[in-house]
Amino acid sequence: MTMTQPLTADGVGASARRPDADAKVRGDFAYSSDLWHDAMAWGATVRSPHPHARVVSVDASAALALPGVHAGLTAADVPGVNRYGLEKRDQPVLAEDVVRYVGEPVAVVAADTPELARRAAGLVEVAYEPLPALTDPERALESPALHEGGNLVRHLRIRRGALARADVVVTGEYEVGMQDQAFLGPESCLAVPAEEGVELYCSTQWLHIDQDQLAGCLALPKEHVRLTLSGVGGAFGGREDLSVQAHACLLALRLGRPVKMSYGREESFAGHVHRHPARMRYEHGATRDGRLLYVKADILLDGGAYASTSAAVTGNAACFATGPYEVPAVEIDCRSVYTNNPPAGAMRGFGAVQVCFGHESQMDKLAAALGMDPVELRLRNAVSTGSTMATGQRVEGPAPVAELLRRVADRPLPPPAADDPRLLPGGTSNSTRADRLVRGVGYGLSVKNICKSAGYDDYGTARVRLFAHEGEAVAEVHTAAAEVGQGLVTVQAQIARTELEVARVTILPADTEVGDAGTSSASRQTWMSGGAVRAACLAVRARLLERAAALLGEPAGALTIGGGAVTSSARSITLAELLAEGDVDETAVFRHRFTEALDPETGQGDAHVAYAFAAHRAVVDVDPELGSVRVVEIACAQDVGRAINPVAVEGQMHGGIAQGLGLAVMEEIRLRDGRILNPSFTDYLIPTTMDMPPTVLDILELPRPDSPYGLTGVGEPPLLSAPAAIAAAIRDAVGPAAAAALDRIPMTPEAVATAVLDA
Amino acid sequence: MTQFLSAADLRHAIELKAAHPDATLIAGGTDVMVGLNFGHRQESRLIDISRVAELREWSRDGDTVRLGAGVPYTRIVEELGGELPGLARAARTIGSAQIRNRATVGGNLGTASPAGDALPPLLAARASVEVASSRGTRAVPAREFFTGPGRSVLETDEIVTSVRLPVAAGPQQFAKLGPRNAMVIAVASVALTLDPEHRRVGCSAGSAAPTPVAAAEAEEFAAAELDWTGGELPAPVLARFGGLVAGATSPIDDLRGSAGYRRHAVAVLARRTLTWAWQELWRS
Repeated sequence: MTMTQPLTADGVGASARRPDADAKVRGDFAYSSDLWHDAMAWGATVRSPHPHARVVSVDASAALALPGVHAGLTAADVPGVNRYGLEKRDQPVLAEDVVRYVGEPVAVVAADTPELARRAAGLVEVAYEPLPALTDPERALESPALHEGGNLVRHLRIRRGALARADVVVTGEYEVGMQDQAFLGPESCLAVPAEEGVELYCSTQWLHIDQDQLAGCLALPKEHVRLTLSGVGGAFGGREDLSVQAHACLLALRLGRPVKMSYGREESFAGHVHRHPARMRYEHGATRDGRLLYVKADILLDGGAYASTSAAVTGNAACFATGPYEVPAVEIDCRSVYTNNPPAGAMRGFGAVQVCFGHESQMDKLAAALGMDPVELRLRNAVSTGSTMATGQRVEGPAPVAELLRRVADRPLPPPAADDPRLLPGGTSNSTRADRLVRGVGYGLSVKNICKSAGYDDYGTARVRLFAHEGEAVAEVHTAAAEVGQGLVTVQAQIARTELEVARVTILPADTEVGDAGTSSASRQTWMSGGAVRAACLAVRARLLERAAALLGEPAGALTIGGGAVTSSARSITLAELLAEGDVDETAVFRHRFTEALDPETGQGDAHVAYAFAAHRAVVDVDPELGSVRVVEIACAQDVGRAINPVAVEGQMHGGIAQGLGLAVMEEIRLRDGRILNPSFTDYLIPTTMDMPPTVLDILELPRPDSPYGLTGVGEPPLLSAPAAIAAAIRDAVGPAAAAALDRIPMTPEAVATAVLDA
Repeated sequence: MTQFLSAADLRHAIELKAAHPDATLIAGGTDVMVGLNFGHRQESRLIDISRVAELREWSRDGDTVRLGAGVPYTRIVEELGGELPGLARAARTIGSAQIRNRATVGGNLGTASPAGDALPPLLAARASVEVASSRGTRAVPAREFFTGPGRSVLETDEIVTSVRLPVAAGPQQFAKLGPRNAMVIAVASVALTLDPEHRRVGCSAGSAAPTPVAAAEAEEFAAAELDWTGGELPAPVLARFGGLVAGATSPIDDLRGSAGYRRHAVAVLARRTLTWAWQELWRS
């Protein structure tokens, strides 16, 4: 078979340019916060100041007395079921008799201007009777139930093999703080009442699950709640749960007028879920020559006030608690609990990030106990194709874990620190000099599932229409898949170009007029919606060939498509001519292979579609006296199966590393009595360009047998082991005595300096 | 609603402030606007002084620089690195480029936050703050300007017009500690000046007490103990100096750091700034 040169550039495998790139760089791109309707009113939210309280009464009369204030709604005004939630509908749209976290919405108001709406929200009088707040997850199971059925969200037990006597045993306790997604575009939407129901323009990760929940809350048939995706300013899991959507729809339907809602940064911290804080106890047993014999892990995740995706995060944390290593025996207990802290839910890495810090910290500790090089210890235990994971699932498809680690380990090390202040810990703050620094190198290996797991019937839908325009064939692709910044719109067009060999591809706005695409999370969307686009294109292609076969009088199998035409041995007919008799319009649904739920007693089962792996090496300079850190370089190697768009893959790797760096050294939502103490980018710090080091990226392309083009998901792996590698590098820099105390991320300068002082 | 008054020149600004003593002055707006946007402050009236030309100038008169309160930090970095190296070093650490383009020394003085990065260099250099009102003008030593967090000796009808600082008589240092490598509020900072001719040391710490503080005892100790003829800096002198500067602080535990860590950081930064200034003195 000869490969024909594709008709168009920018097909699969090319670094096609994002269609929204120029507008985003220029600041012209319309995000959901830019949505506008001339007739719109503005909504604002009244939130609980208490972590736990009985709501005695809500009185909006003072707010409604202000001219220009048009509505003040409470739970009593929710026409449908006053509950939403991704796994369990346990979260009220507006609180009823009880509030369970600081920031929980209690009422919403609408007014002519945003300032007036905010003022009106401040005038809504809510009488609370404070209740004891449960803010320590360790005490959740012995405390009075916050929800019917108690405070345990999920307990997943994984048991495999018999714990053997080990030559060397290391134990450790580790903690991960609460990270925020810190997307730059806060929650916002515009709800427009329609003849039937409501039209909602919003930024979300999954239009159809929003639609499903909204229909229930609004007591409308699903088809009367029509959603269109607007410009999404980042997501990272924080837009899986509803935020402004139900409130804006309630107000718009009540007023018969478009209503816009838009959070500021401070409100955004209360408006979405965060990464689960984790406390982990580990015990690793190994032979003297560094073979893992068993791993015991006891993991506690603070789920906060409502379930959100806690159960699935619990599943992931348990499944990946031992990391990408062969372990003959495991005893893992992972629990998530309800507390009166802000709800935790999805965030890039989804449970695998927290345990990666745990298992990698343990691997370093074990290497030290064995007197073995930490790279060598990892190589000896790394899984490969055919290995068995903790859940008993066999690793199918490429698993180049050892290769990834060798690649980062074999990179030359960066030169020692020089006295350029921009490259020193503290940056231009002028707090140190090169001669005061110690350097450290650390490694991290990680594994995570790609796509949804545990029996979930996941699919993507795509509609592709091919039509003639000005003598040229144009493909139009329509899905409900959310472009959240990852570049999905680029990838969809690349697939259509490759499969249909047309130059012109239009991607329609994502909305609920087409079938469900599933969520833009779990590193699944290129696989699932990309797979659906490809399937729809193949169906279009087949129809075209049928048409051509009839016209040319030859069997479809004897025809080829290319160069804007269908060609037989004798004749050729242009696509535009073929399309003259009508468009070709096909919708396809794409499913990945089925998975199974884990056994509730043993946690065994083939629960995952695929595993993705990444390796990180971090090099850091630490000022031990002050504790400040400069990450000098991150090397990351990742197997992506097939890079559909190599530049987009690099972008995911840069971003994942930056977000991992943030968790490693600075990002944490600080809580006191359930209240967020730092709800601003002044005090919730994310890495700046002065913190982000040069990266050395190594993209492997080992095609999978079971995915479109052999690809695997790329969004999460580059984050997973970045924090673990950076933490390991800091420990390496400060030496073993101080390192022993560094068991928590983020490793702040104060924590590092204190560990050094106490050592 | 907030009333917004724009002052055309200094006299106008003084008149407006006299007429509306409750009004808040706004120049760069890098602090005031954050407070307004977060709803942390409500202002019935703002007086915009960003157009007041007199405030946006600096001049040199012999050994003194008169720095207008409205000169943005970017200009201090670009134009005053020679005359006022300590202040220029501090200016470099403030916020982002955008913030430095707007923010002013007058703003740091008016806000009177103990974390104002430009303040320790003013105290270390023994600057004086010039204030004006319809009642006249007065000069207040920077070391006596602050009375508490967010509080100063400024009367409600007064405007900070300028700061007078001696032209550097020797090396000046500023070092700041924060949990990020840029755009960060100081957990602790130290400013230090050496005047070899008069054998004087200036030293002040920020973010480590209710106000920026001068470390007078440490200054006297160092002035007396340093070998001004060019000797080494003995380790015990350095250690004692760091301890004395830390002793001048009275930090609290807060979100950004514990009192103990702040005190430790002040001692470390004091030792370092003295070391670097001393090395600079004898290199030249």
